[in-house]
Amino acid sequence: MFFWSLVLIAVGIFSSFIYGRSRIKLNSKKQGTKSKSLPNYYAQYVLMWCLFPALIVYFSWAIFQEQIIQNIVISNFEFIEGAVYNEGLLLAEIRNVANNPSFADGKSIEIINAASHYSSLKQISQISFYTSIIIMMLLGALYASQKLKPEFHAQHTIEKYIQYILIFCSSVAIFTTLGIVFSLIFESLRFFAEVSISEFLFSTEWYPFIPIREGQTAAEGSFGAVPIFAGTFLVMVVAMCVAAPLGLLTAIYLAEYASQRVRKTVKPLLEILAGIPTIVYGFFAFVSVAPFVKAFGQSIGIDASPTSALAAGMVMGVMIIPFISSLSDDVINSVPQSLREASLGIGANKAETIKKVILPAALPGIVGAFLLAISRAIGETMIVVVAAGTAPNLTGNPFENVTTVTVQIVVALIGDQEFDNPRTLSAFALGLVLFVITLFLNIIALQIVKRYRERYE
Amino acid sequence: MSNSKILANGVDVYYGSKQALFGISMDIKEKEVTALIGPSGCGKSTFLRCINRMNDLIEICKVSGSIKVDNEEIISEKTDVVSLRSKIGMVFQKPNPFPKSIFDNVAYGPTIHGLVDSKNELEEIVHSSLKKAGLFDEVKDRLNEPGTSLSGGQQQRLCIARAIAVNPEIILMDEPCSALDPIATAIIEELIDELRLNYTIIIVTHSMQQAARVSQKTCFFHLGELIETGETNKIFTNPDNTKTQDYITGRFG
Repeated sequence: MFFWSLVLIAVGIFSSFIYGRSRIKLNSKKQGTKSKSLPNYYAQYVLMWCLFPALIVYFSWAIFQEQIIQNIVISNFEFIEGAVYNEGLLLAEIRNVANNPSFADGKSIEIINAASHYSSLKQISQISFYTSIIIMMLLGALYASQKLKPEFHAQHTIEKYIQYILIFCSSVAIFTTLGIVFSLIFESLRFFAEVSISEFLFSTEWYPFIPIREGQTAAEGSFGAVPIFAGTFLVMVVAMCVAAPLGLLTAIYLAEYASQRVRKTVKPLLEILAGIPTIVYGFFAFVSVAPFVKAFGQSIGIDASPTSALAAGMVMGVMIIPFISSLSDDVINSVPQSLREASLGIGANKAETIKKVILPAALPGIVGAFLLAISRAIGETMIVVVAAGTAPNLTGNPFENVTTVTVQIVVALIGDQEFDNPRTLSAFALGLVLFVITLFLNIIALQIVKRYRERYE
Repeated sequence: MSNSKILANGVDVYYGSKQALFGISMDIKEKEVTALIGPSGCGKSTFLRCINRMNDLIEICKVSGSIKVDNEEIISEKTDVVSLRSKIGMVFQKPNPFPKSIFDNVAYGPTIHGLVDSKNELEEIVHSSLKKAGLFDEVKDRLNEPGTSLSGGQQQRLCIARAIAVNPEIILMDEPCSALDPIATAIIEELIDELRLNYTIIIVTHSMQQAARVSQKTCFFHLGELIETGETNKIFTNPDNTKTQDYITGRFG
């Protein structure tokens, strides 16, 4: 239904465009004056007046149709006294019967009635959908054609419309972000209605198992997120221990020592590292690095588990090297050449110049690069899901299994539970905390980078 | 010539395949101010930057010929560039203090060259360098403030103090006043006149008045060639070459 309506709309706007073009030419010929704008602008004007009403109809149907029909069907349903109904199951059953009459065998008469009601409503909706699209397009075109006079400034109006369209497009991203933030906040509030904030933030026990049946006492959920944050922190520290020195030294090499040619080849190569899908890093960590870490641990007498903070952190560190090296390289490069010349002119050698002049000057930008890399490391999911394990251990030993915020969110959302218990809702609370942390890191990093830029421009 | 400080002979410079200097030969005397003048792009800065091997920083730049400083060849693989540059200070077109305190700016050179053994000694060098650059009285109460907080003219004098803190024998100045206002320029010019007593100074300038005011010798460059060199008075009043004549009377450039 929605596909054919798109075809209908396409035909409509195409003919409205042709109509607008020929109509304005005709009108200006009749009046013997030249139109204020080129004919194409009048055609676009008619087209827009045709398109937007049709789109409004299209989207309101797409969004509301199913809901309204279901409400009507349910409100007219002949409930039998005393029977217990699950609305979701009931609706699914009605829909199944309506879409596939062979399912009707053995269903109760109320359901079959409701299904035929559902089908007839669908048909009515479909007919009125097409009619309203056609009517709206005609009305729009009619309104627009009233304006098709040579003295009308079609171009100005079109430019105004285009501005509205651009504003709308740019607000989509902003409203999506806001929507995500609000859904995080509201779902988290539902979670905190059942689990206290202080338990979540300060308790050290994370057993998000809840009784599945009523009266089942075997497991009582416990939602202390401290081990999860500790695990996240541990993996992040390991990752930064790998990425910070490697990334920074790479940046220094690229910016100060490498020839133009080397730099032009190496930098894009490094940036490829950032483009590898993280799940690929994940199984690299699990298949290659984790066994190595385990073997290494055993050789120095530490009992390492098959998945460990160290394995995940090391691979994650490799992943974020390009973030650090690329950003730091840019920052070091933007240190003015005059400072280099000043230092070398006094007779400092290259190492002294880098250590005492260039790095201090570039430090704010480098710190900014580190913070961005950290926020990337904290938000990273696939590597830790595969290689860090899922056990909420509160430990500082990188050879042990740990779990991170992102892993626990994945764990909470896997399975077919509804979002009505603390176990699944905990995903939102964890997500909220993660969001707040990375948001702050990003803001601080951007501020630092900005302040640094201001000083040299 | 006994008191010849820098002796250049047939210096050619190429940027890639483009030749920027053609067989420059020059004799620069000790404790004199030599001005290099000429229209933009004539190679005077390029020549200046050969003297302390600053052109090494430009990958595509090739220098051949001979430049002797105190009878020692410096256009050679074997030259110790670091010690050469500590002997030849440089002041750049745009003041370029490090983003450090005023004190640290001047202390930078003596520290990296290990010229001092104690804090007191370092302080002494910093103070005396600032005094020689005529800046001490203006900044003595705020030596810990960043060098970038000074005015343009003060920054340039800070850069001069930084250059003379390592006790060089030669100071190269690459249009040191082109970013400064007339008052700051006058102060720097006076300073150059004083510094001449202790240092050999080579200054690149766009301003012919400045060359006439501060220098004893003037060299006129045009299209990568050294057209004429001689006593400043003579160059500005009675040049031998017609091109020099045209340039100083403002017919081109």
